[in-house]
Amino acid sequence: MRFARQVLVIAAKDLRAEIRTKEAINASAAFALVILLLFSFAFDLDPDTNREIASGLLWLVFAFAGTLLLNRSFARELPNDCLDALVAAPIPGSALFIGKALANYVLLLAIELLSLVVFGIFYNVRWTVQFGQLMIVLALGTWALTIMGTIFSALTVNIRLREVMLPILIYPFLVPALMAAIQLTLGLMKGKPIGPDTAAWLPMLIGFDLIYTAASVVLVDNILVG
Amino acid sequence: MRDKILYILGAVAVLMVARNIYLISGLPGEEAQGAIFKIIFFHVPLAITAFACATVALVSSILFLVKKDFKYDALAVSVTEVGLAFLAGNLITGSIWARIIWGVWWAWDVRLTSALVCWILYASYLMIRHAVEEPTQRANLAAVVSIFAFIDVPIVYFSIRLFRTQHPGPVFFSSNGSFPPDWSLIIFGPLGNLFALCMLAALFTMIRLRQEETQRELDSLRRLAHAF
Repeated sequence: MRFARQVLVIAAKDLRAEIRTKEAINASAAFALVILLLFSFAFDLDPDTNREIASGLLWLVFAFAGTLLLNRSFARELPNDCLDALVAAPIPGSALFIGKALANYVLLLAIELLSLVVFGIFYNVRWTVQFGQLMIVLALGTWALTIMGTIFSALTVNIRLREVMLPILIYPFLVPALMAAIQLTLGLMKGKPIGPDTAAWLPMLIGFDLIYTAASVVLVDNILVG
Repeated sequence: MRDKILYILGAVAVLMVARNIYLISGLPGEEAQGAIFKIIFFHVPLAITAFACATVALVSSILFLVKKDFKYDALAVSVTEVGLAFLAGNLITGSIWARIIWGVWWAWDVRLTSALVCWILYASYLMIRHAVEEPTQRANLAAVVSIFAFIDVPIVYFSIRLFRTQHPGPVFFSSNGSFPPDWSLIIFGPLGNLFALCMLAALFTMIRLRQEETQRELDSLRRLAHAF
């Protein structure tokens, strides 16, 4: 109970700070829109190709925009030595980590939903056909992005070239999760529910989320405290 | 004592590889592939050796986090570098084979992609080491990355397995007789390439480990000199 309260306090603090400054979420949303615009030049736009490329394109946008957001998660605490204060605070490192991950999760989901709407309008893709299942895939895939992004944001916060290191580190790690999310979304974008040919990706994505959440919670103290 | 072990290990490994190359050169070409199939005698043991290196890196990273003893950190970085070199050898030999048999240098196939992703994961381990100055922090962060990378290896493999495959299946000791058992022995036998390459990997790791220890000694001496 106490742990849950600590997690919520950290998450609420991060969300409040972000809503007041809007620095990460503005940059991330603007970046997502710019990439969506750029992709329109990269491909021939007809409805069939759009449906084929939609899921890969969307998840790449989420991954790119996500790193911008996640980079700020721990870097935001550097001025005034806030990170040292947080680490010294009487809460376990795992509560700090999960709290930050929850805040990032909410922000990233908001950006993704915005991108989905914009994408649906610009590219004329009807993504609402399988709305429920798409939201499940979105929730699971975003948690994979968030958990890896948050733990690596903590890992890179004090090192040189932080902004460059985070994407270089997390994309290779995210390969299985992104692949599962893209495969699942591909069918859903075409209006087909998750069937026997794609169902195997779902446990894969859930397994990725569970394994890395557990590993991060166990190892986060080594990263924050050393 | 340690030097002598190194020299003996190296000499035996080189002799074994020389013996195996002699044996391999005497084998006839495979019916469908011709002489290029002989690359398998190095391609497969390189991959297994690289995987053994990754396992040692995982164990030493965990030991470092538990015991905070820097000798495990030195072992982890040494064995990771050697493993990366062996995995690069595996990727390169595979690519040469693919160019001749498939007609392309690279295909986005299960094993190729998972091997490449593994290579990139462990390369990022080395990158993060370069980016962190402070030794304790560097060792801690690197150990975490190493553990994360090892967890990702089977997940990557299984995820790509769901996707597509083009890579030939395992041929050793199979009942359909596609690969004669005495040929398999050139890889898996007591004098086989796998054992020889593992010994070479151990040798390189020990040499690299010594460099790492010397480097640490130099660093501490330098710090001592600056203190006065």
